[in-house]
Amino acid sequence: MIALYIVLAIVVVAALVIVVRRRGRRRVPQLAPPRAAMPEVLVTEVTSMPSLTTVRLEERLATSRGVFDRVRSLSPSDHLSEEQLAVVEEVLLRSDVGLTTANAVLEELRSHGAPDGVAAAVREILLSSLSGDRTTSAEADEGRVPVWLFVGVNGVGKTTTIGKLAKRNHDAGRSVLLAAGDTFRAAAADQLEQWATRTDSGIVRANEGADPGSVVHDAIGRASAKGFDIVLADTAGRRANSTNLLDELSKVRRVADRAPGQVVETLLVLDATTGQNALSQAQEFLAASGVTGIVLTKLDGTARGGIVIAIERDLGVPVKFVGVGEGVDDLIVFDPEEFVDSLLST
Amino acid sequence: MFDALSERFERLNTSLRSRGRLSDVDLDQALADVRLALLEADVELGVVRAFLDAVRERLSGEALSQSLSPGQQVIKAVHEQLIEVLGGTPLKVTYASKPPTVVLLAGLQGAGKTTAAAKLAAWFKQQGRQPYLVAADLQRPAAVEQLRVLAEQIGVGVYSENSNPVEVARKGVAEAARLGRDVVIIDTAGRLSIDEALMDEVRHISSATSPHYTFLVIDAVTGQDAVQTARAFHDALSLSGLVVTKLDYDARGGAVLSARGVVGRPVVFASTGEKIADFDLFYPERMASRILGMGDVLTLIEQAERTMDPSVVAESAGRMMSGTFTLDDFLAQLNQVRKMGSLGGLMKLMPGVSKEMRTAASNVDEGELNRVEAIVRSMTPKERRDPNIIDGSRRTRIAKGSATSVSAVNQLLKQFGEMRKMMRQMGNGAPAMPAGMGRMASLAAKARSESLPAGFEALGAGMASAASAPRGGGSKNKKKKGGRVTPPKQR
Repeated sequence: MIALYIVLAIVVVAALVIVVRRRGRRRVPQLAPPRAAMPEVLVTEVTSMPSLTTVRLEERLATSRGVFDRVRSLSPSDHLSEEQLAVVEEVLLRSDVGLTTANAVLEELRSHGAPDGVAAAVREILLSSLSGDRTTSAEADEGRVPVWLFVGVNGVGKTTTIGKLAKRNHDAGRSVLLAAGDTFRAAAADQLEQWATRTDSGIVRANEGADPGSVVHDAIGRASAKGFDIVLADTAGRRANSTNLLDELSKVRRVADRAPGQVVETLLVLDATTGQNALSQAQEFLAASGVTGIVLTKLDGTARGGIVIAIERDLGVPVKFVGVGEGVDDLIVFDPEEFVDSLLST
Repeated sequence: MFDALSERFERLNTSLRSRGRLSDVDLDQALADVRLALLEADVELGVVRAFLDAVRERLSGEALSQSLSPGQQVIKAVHEQLIEVLGGTPLKVTYASKPPTVVLLAGLQGAGKTTAAAKLAAWFKQQGRQPYLVAADLQRPAAVEQLRVLAEQIGVGVYSENSNPVEVARKGVAEAARLGRDVVIIDTAGRLSIDEALMDEVRHISSATSPHYTFLVIDAVTGQDAVQTARAFHDALSLSGLVVTKLDYDARGGAVLSARGVVGRPVVFASTGEKIADFDLFYPERMASRILGMGDVLTLIEQAERTMDPSVVAESAGRMMSGTFTLDDFLAQLNQVRKMGSLGGLMKLMPGVSKEMRTAASNVDEGELNRVEAIVRSMTPKERRDPNIIDGSRRTRIAKGSATSVSAVNQLLKQFGEMRKMMRQMGNGAPAMPAGMGRMASLAAKARSESLPAGFEALGAGMASAASAPRGGGSKNKKKKGGRVTPPKQR
């Protein structure tokens, strides 16, 4: 009886609520774009960094040679056979691009053929989905402190990414203050503190269980008083299907965006090993915190992170950086061409 | 995905009615759909193929059952195969005759090893053991500190020192023996499967401590890479089983199937949340339903039992059946459901709910629930007992009182009326008692005794309710709810 009741109860509640909702449709206000008038776009300079294609593709090719060779061996054709299309599909699915993207590519191939070779055609189609603006801004309005907010689920590498970006900002001549907004995970602040030491940055931290908003608020106050150039704010990892946790994040973002703070980038950190769930992660975090870009981590492993193509195509959120190792310099600016080549290289 | 699946299977159902068995063509079509469902759930391509072959084997030539439609039969085969692959021979944790029993945890960065180590220690403690933790992750800054904090929360000792991981592990085990602890759990650094140096290191940790159990900690949201990772770690360490983490995310969790498929060792533990207590043995039936997107009724029931007030439930359910369900009951019900968690989350656990419905439910925020509550609360007690007396002027008053619109009030009342009619039908008698609901109820009884076919029952329920949902009329989500409780035609 209880099972029956639960099911009915949920259905009844859901049905009534959704009906009423549709009536009084009131869109949740979208977060305002992070900056009204961007004073100056700063293109983050690419220094001599490890490159995706050179570092690991050789090895990958060695270990699982085959499928891409098969794609490459497919001869140019205006009309691809189902068998050829199946090969392309396999390559794409193995890269975690997802069924929707894979089908879109196949559809394109079916209608337009591949006069310049199948590999080139696939590359072209994928690249056309990766046309977003990848510049990052480190400049806020006059008198305000630029804040980069880092969000994501547990274990994707938010804290490590902050460490690396602290280094990058430091190298660009900015003084960096880290805000240990992950007050949930045990010792997260300690981890960030070690990065602060390594990268010569300041840090503001509070006790475990403290309100993350207040930590960020304090950090901004301190940055403003002491003249730090930028605040990088960590947040606790949270699953993307919990309203409460996302609400908490929205609050942190609102606090960070209050003068003298100004959120100029909200970076969603995604783990390249993640499959289709990454898309719903991006959706939820976009709605909760107005994500402006993605940092794709752990791309030095065997995973390819193809789902970011779907994310950029469906949600318009571009990948800005790529994590390729645990070292402080193992973070590179995302290069669509390199990325697509690496997707297709295995 | 499953909704689309069951829809397709229903077509199969009618087209095959006249024939006695599944033809190869039908089977191909059905399996193509299963393939899509599995891929959408992140099951690795190779594993999908092997899996489909096994299902084909199961089905080919088999005479169609009398009691199941062909579509149901395909799903049954898929589900059974899933349970078989996921379950296999379960690993029974036994303890070394000469303690301590050594457990080694390994995995990629961010899979949740440190948290899993602490949770596992808490689990052993619950089993009446005396666990001890060894912090051999010297790679990630503050990982040792993290383990120490967690260990303190659960009251378990931690061994750590600042030397090298192999040394720490070896000394940690010796220390556990000296302290008379009977289980020792070694947390190691996250490493990539292609990082030769680090893989060597973990191999050395393994040979230095000769663990009784080596678990790969794997993240349920992992994509195609699950296979590569699992294989590499299995090759290096000869795993005894898997620990799956982040099962509280809304991913289908196909990675579990992929990893299980390659390694051939059982999934032993599952972690379902951030709290230490969110950790338990792994149940293959639940995972099977989840991968197919069929909801997870058992979890739903457990969640309900934890949060719902039994007296309110009994009273309200009784009135539901007798058709005297009032808006007061609805209000009580609303509050009970709210305690269980977000509507979106609950909907995900329900079998046979359409994707649109799920999306709609997951977009419902607290404010909307508040608004519904406000409407009901703006009615007088008399109106709540007998909504029929609510005329135009009362509606205007209610709308004003609840700061909503008259049309919102109208919709609520109309829907409530339909709902009540439907409940009355159900209460009235056998023909109106839908198969899905009936099975659901029997499932609850079975769940108590943890009988095996529970997962399949849930599946049946999902099938039946999905089958009975009216098709078409895209905008009429709410109608689907009506459909759920109308009897399937074939019955």
